[in-house]
Amino acid sequence: MNWYDIAFYAFAIVTVVSAVGVVFSRNILYAAFALLFTFFGIAALYVLLTADFIAITQILLYVGGILVLIIFGVMLTSRAFNVEVKRGLLKRIPAVLVVGAMAGTLIGVLTTTQWPSSNFSPYEDTARPIGALLMTQFVLPFELASVLLLVALIGAVIIARREKERGAQL
Amino acid sequence: MNLHVGLTDFLVVSAILFSLGIYGVVTRKNAIMVLMGIELILNSANLNFVAFTRFGLMNLTGQVIALFVIILAAAEAAILLAIVLNIHQQLDTVNVDEVDKLKN
Repeated sequence: MNWYDIAFYAFAIVTVVSAVGVVFSRNILYAAFALLFTFFGIAALYVLLTADFIAITQILLYVGGILVLIIFGVMLTSRAFNVEVKRGLLKRIPAVLVVGAMAGTLIGVLTTTQWPSSNFSPYEDTARPIGALLMTQFVLPFELASVLLLVALIGAVIIARREKERGAQL
Repeated sequence: MNLHVGLTDFLVVSAILFSLGIYGVVTRKNAIMVLMGIELILNSANLNFVAFTRFGLMNLTGQVIALFVIILAAAEAAILLAIVLNIHQQLDTVNVDEVDKLKN
């Protein structure tokens, strides 16, 4: 067992345990903070997979952007803080059964499949080839993504502002 | 038992995250909690793409796709939170079961 394996198991345990915290926590704010550790753990797994650029993007966008948005959403809807956030036990039992069966099937399939041998030398520098791919093979999705982000920004601002004006009129 | 970490270990972590995300989406009532479940699912998919890239089953395309998924997740989170805030102000709830104005 070398350091790579130890690091993998440590980060995998952090990721899975905090994801369990996200799903099972009663307090929505605790769930949001558990999500922080999940995102960091996944970024660390990306580093172990030699995907440095994706790891940095994960930290910048997920931790710096999406998580802050989620925490803002939690704060701004704080009157609903103490509302019971889970369904009743009777409705949760089928969910546990179905999700458990699905997880068991997935893990069984993944562990019994014979994957092609993995003596593949990892990419040493991913930022440069990813940039080259984005400018050549993936230039259309890249431009579409920028348009989509613009549309999403304007749409989010309009949706979030409209009700305030309507509320003022009422 | 082979202790060396390989592709399967990353895929198993990803499968566990995916199942937890599905469970969160199905059982939570709060719309923001549902969003957190969706983020878990997207992250597990990304982990699969990056793992396949690392072990040579996909070329660098996998990482580019992961990048696009992160971009789409950001746009989706922004729109969804705007909608949730709007619903909260209009209907005074973030419970996804109580938002049924279109039903009747």
